[in-house]
Amino acid sequence: MSTALRAPRARRVRRRGLAALALVLAGTLALPACGAKAGEESEGPGATADISEDTVKVGLLNSLSGTMAISEVTVRDALLLAIEEINAAGGVLGRRIEPISEDGASDWPTFAEKSEKLIRQDGVAAVFGCWTSASRKAVLPVFEQNKALLFYPVQYEGLEQSPYIFYTGATTNQQIVPALDYLAEEGVDSLYLVGSDYVFPRTANKIIKAYAEAHGIEILGEDYAPLGSTEFATIANKVESAGADAVFNTLNGDSNVAFFKEYTSAGLTAETMPVVSVSIAEEEVKSIGAQYLEGQLTSWNYYQTTEGAANEKFVAAYQAKYGEDKPTSDPMEAAYTSVYLWKAMVEKAGSFDVADVKAAADGITFEAPEGLVTIDGETQHIHKTNRIGRIGADGLITEVWSSDGPIKPDPYLKGYDWAEGLS
Amino acid sequence: MTATTRPDAATAAGPAATSPRRARWRAPLGFALGALLLFAVAPAVLSDFRLSLLAKYLCFAIVAIGISLAWGRGGMLTLGQGLFFGLGGYAMAMHLKLADAGPGQLPDFMLLYGDSDTLPWWWAPFASPAVALAGVVLLPAALAVLIGYFVFRRRVRGAYFAILSQALAFAFSLLLIGQQATTGGTNGLTNFQGFFGYSLLDPVNKRMIYFLIAGVLLGLMALTRQIFLSRYGELLVAVRDSEERVRFLGYDPTLVKLFAYVYSAVMAGMAGALFVPAVGIISPALIGVVPSIEFLIGAAIGGRASLPGAALGAIAVAWAQTTLSEEFPAGWTYFQALLFIVVVAFLPGGLASLGRLLPRRPRLRSRRAPGADPEPEPDPREAPARSGPATAAASSSTTTAKEAGA
Repeated sequence: MSTALRAPRARRVRRRGLAALALVLAGTLALPACGAKAGEESEGPGATADISEDTVKVGLLNSLSGTMAISEVTVRDALLLAIEEINAAGGVLGRRIEPISEDGASDWPTFAEKSEKLIRQDGVAAVFGCWTSASRKAVLPVFEQNKALLFYPVQYEGLEQSPYIFYTGATTNQQIVPALDYLAEEGVDSLYLVGSDYVFPRTANKIIKAYAEAHGIEILGEDYAPLGSTEFATIANKVESAGADAVFNTLNGDSNVAFFKEYTSAGLTAETMPVVSVSIAEEEVKSIGAQYLEGQLTSWNYYQTTEGAANEKFVAAYQAKYGEDKPTSDPMEAAYTSVYLWKAMVEKAGSFDVADVKAAADGITFEAPEGLVTIDGETQHIHKTNRIGRIGADGLITEVWSSDGPIKPDPYLKGYDWAEGLS
Repeated sequence: MTATTRPDAATAAGPAATSPRRARWRAPLGFALGALLLFAVAPAVLSDFRLSLLAKYLCFAIVAIGISLAWGRGGMLTLGQGLFFGLGGYAMAMHLKLADAGPGQLPDFMLLYGDSDTLPWWWAPFASPAVALAGVVLLPAALAVLIGYFVFRRRVRGAYFAILSQALAFAFSLLLIGQQATTGGTNGLTNFQGFFGYSLLDPVNKRMIYFLIAGVLLGLMALTRQIFLSRYGELLVAVRDSEERVRFLGYDPTLVKLFAYVYSAVMAGMAGALFVPAVGIISPALIGVVPSIEFLIGAAIGGRASLPGAALGAIAVAWAQTTLSEEFPAGWTYFQALLFIVVVAFLPGGLASLGRLLPRRPRLRSRRAPGADPEPEPDPREAPARSGPATAAASSSTTTAKEAGA
């Protein structure tokens, strides 16, 4: 060992000492700062909304970039339309609504970050948005910890009931179960399940299998493709050779384009083997191409063609603002409705306070584009009518069947004997 | 920078020395400044929300430090760090989920999506905090040893190594998505209530987690700096620049590279474990191809071969992402891309090389006039080079290959 080598060693030791010092510093700073133990009632601050004399802020949390942007931007547009209309009519409790838009970027931790920013930094009175279940699951603890409100406008897989989320899209018994009832009525004895590989399709298919078992329907196959996958030749061939009476499709986004092209080239048609889709609305029909989808079935609570004065007004206002060729769809309608529901809740409560608004929720009604909707205070979902529609050559969907009036939300399917083992 | 002929140019831990005496103080001073900023200034000026975001950025900085050793110094393009980030994150998250559920109970998501009433066998050990903490370090380490040993022994390098890393990260995220009943699928694991007995709902405890992460980051930076300066650090750079020559000199490059790879994997694993209580989620979206690339971008922008450069780069990129997306929710991705393109095009050595580029000429002159300093102390980076023929040979070979090595 030469001295040249030993000298830096000595210095290294000194540096190690410094590192140790920093760690000790970290420890001493951190230790006295320990807060509540787990399980103790730690009164979270409960973020306070920033409400001035003449404005109230609300957050819009949608993916404006990434894979989900194509769908979520339309929801943001519908939310802005509702806010604009409400402001033109005098606002909420005499205050103008000031929307603050944030990009969730199709990335679940970003959703959590942005929701916290909206609640804590901006002091919004409520947040509207989220699409995928994963993004909702990511923000749920943020809303619960801060005691803030989220309005979630998309059909989802149920099995959830957060006290700080209002679900204005369909739960399973308002979308999937009625679709199965319809198929059973039509005499379908066997089904093939195709879905994207994530929570909604997997949970939906669990429910479908339980239903099928109780109603004597045979499940001939179940296939999942990764989100965004466009390789469907194998699945289409399997579907073709299985020869089921119908296909239940829970694919999301782009995958539908590839799936329906392969399905058509495998020689299948809506007459020989109809496909019931629960994630294809007017916007998606436009991007997939109506020629691949003509005659296929969908299950939603709202279509652009739904009859009623409220819908005529909504479609006209939306197209006047965003363009004549823009279709309206179920999640957009649910988002639009959610802002009006929040307004009605606030006005009934006479306050923006979250606890008061929640307490005022039960029984609130709104003449929505989809028809009269009512908030169920217990589950914080809304009563909705189910509609089975058929896709036409013009890309619009027309109703072929509907449930007998609005269905009471049942996110845990407690009212269905066959669903006992599910939750 | 390839034009320089200084023997220490290749290692260049920080901006190269102005004078040895000042260089001696720069690292401790920088370190003390970092500690001051992290422990005193940041908590004082940032709101709770911003502080928790900073905690998240610091986790990315920990990953970047590992990348700086494996990629910046070792020349291994670790394009799959998400894999190890995920292993550490899931190990921690599984423990927190089990602790929340209580003994003998199933985590909440398993009650919803699960098929059976019993805990899967591979979940059970994570109920113990000791096993979980050990798992955070040992799982990434074990997997990295396994991958690294076979890959480096077969002399897989360059693009093949990068593609392999990325494929593994992708496969791991697919595996997790497919096992919804036991891993939460795309949702991942979220909604943690407690962290080793402390409630995560309490803002005081969230602050504590920030301090913990900042302490770990500083500690690991100090440790990594020692590795940079050690004989091993020299050898690693030598392997990066000329693996065959090092092999010819009697060293086994497999082991040299393996250590750096495993070290960076453990760093990513620890970052993942700290990310979980700080952000409150771990999901396949955090461990696939895109996040793995994002881990690299931070290190590349800051300067992959420089320890503070990589760490600050990771923090800056994450911070810019937050700020830009808040200001321009619809168009921020363009800014991010622009930033990356500008740095890659004009500063291939990252922002850390900025200081070295500008005042290069005067420094070279002072360096070539040893008389300027009456008692020149040996620069620690040069010392090993003088001590043995092996590293001396390696060092001289590094001078021109610095850019090519990465």
